[in-house]
Amino acid sequence: MNKMKNNNLPALIFTFALLIIWQFGAMKVDAAYILPTPIQILKRLWELREPLFTAHLPATMTCTGIGLLISILLGVALAIIMDISPLAEKTLYPVMIASQTIPTTALAPLFVMWFGYTIWSKVLVTVLITFFPIAVTLFDGLRSAKNDMIDLMRTFGAGKREIFFKLKLPAALPHFFSAMKMAVPMSIIGAAIGEWLGAQAGLGYFSRRMMTQLDGAGVFAPIVVLSIIAMVIVGIISYIERKMITWRGDL
Amino acid sequence: MLEFKNVSFKYDIDNYNMLENLSFHIKKGEFVSVIGPSGCGKSTIFRLICKLLDRQSGEIIVNGKPIDGRKGYCGYMPQKDLLFPWRTVGENLKLPMQIQKILAKEQMTQKMKSTLEKVGLSGLENKKPSELSGGMRQRAAFARTLLTGSDLLLLDEPFSALDFLTRISMQEWLLEQWEREHKTVLFITHDVEEALFLSGRVLVIEDLPIKKLISFDVPCDYPRNRESLTKPEIITLREQLISMLRREIKA
Repeated sequence: MNKMKNNNLPALIFTFALLIIWQFGAMKVDAAYILPTPIQILKRLWELREPLFTAHLPATMTCTGIGLLISILLGVALAIIMDISPLAEKTLYPVMIASQTIPTTALAPLFVMWFGYTIWSKVLVTVLITFFPIAVTLFDGLRSAKNDMIDLMRTFGAGKREIFFKLKLPAALPHFFSAMKMAVPMSIIGAAIGEWLGAQAGLGYFSRRMMTQLDGAGVFAPIVVLSIIAMVIVGIISYIERKMITWRGDL
Repeated sequence: MLEFKNVSFKYDIDNYNMLENLSFHIKKGEFVSVIGPSGCGKSTIFRLICKLLDRQSGEIIVNGKPIDGRKGYCGYMPQKDLLFPWRTVGENLKLPMQIQKILAKEQMTQKMKSTLEKVGLSGLENKKPSELSGGMRQRAAFARTLLTGSDLLLLDEPFSALDFLTRISMQEWLLEQWEREHKTVLFITHDVEEALFLSGRVLVIEDLPIKKLISFDVPCDYPRNRESLTKPEIITLREQLISMLRREIKA
């Protein structure tokens, strides 16, 4: 534990230094409507705590949660199907890669037209940018089981099913955690983008409303909340990962 | 115990046969080594026996019956230990039994523990493979091979990755195991001394395609020790084998 604190120390000092530079820089520019200081942002966050945490945060988290869940199901399913069937791999993999070149944010207004201001336009944006890292990372993970090990299982008389559950799945578990650590922040970003483009509630929507009122600190406040939430969730996932995977790199 | 009858085999990418009408026979309880320079097809023979490769023609007979459609007639131990890093040593040993699904859980645990004791690793069932030394890992892998329950053991250069001193003590250890277990062992190596020390008979792969294996009886009784290797008739045989192998490499 002690060692970990030391590891994080340089990063903390660096972040703190950046914040101080920002603080003094922004004070010199003195234009809080476009460049608020960190202290102003924290103050505004405190003032806005009621609407932020009771109305907008739950809206964003619902959207993130649903989007993330769909992305996990979709990503895991795609990875498994591509691993089982070479035909599926040849068919789906290039399409999946190509789908990532589509600027989802530019399409988002279209989703608003399709689904209106409901949650589903936001969920769609979230899923489109989140399922991909999950599918690709997990697919690599399923492939990380060595051929030698598969052969060994076969000499024991194992069938495809046993090879999958006893070898490929455990081998892919560290990759699954990596995928989750990427997917969580992306799903939050996806939800926020969706809300930014068309919503009646949510931290992204709130940030945009503050912008129209030229309230710089008000634009930043929800973003700070989103970042902290993403960091906390990634921290929790890392903790579970450390408890569960004691063998990373041994394969 | 093991018989090849006119077996031919060719890799898809090659335009020549690897094996051509190869026939040989190994009796029950024998310890036989197969030697030949690397790339000569030693492992191919093993992979054919455990059906990781399909032969073009001929028949392979184990225990009086053709291997086709059978499972669990041989235990294969690869060069690398291939212990699964996410399983404990004990769980690794149970793997072949879990796949065969013949024994109940308590019986598996019992068998696993007694086998660990036999190979000199008692009490280590809850360790992770990464906590064991190279020699201990190979013993665990051998124990796992024993737990396939088959009487024919195929050992593919199991000690070649170990340092010299560990290797010679593992060789002595293996002889003890063989004398106690009464298994039939087919042992691949490129080390002539290792082959002479361990086996009652040495099969030399002469050239490609493999049409026959030249058999030499090792003129020494069991139990053996290191000094057996210094007997004049053993030294003569060693020199004969080495010059044969060198001729092959030059050719």
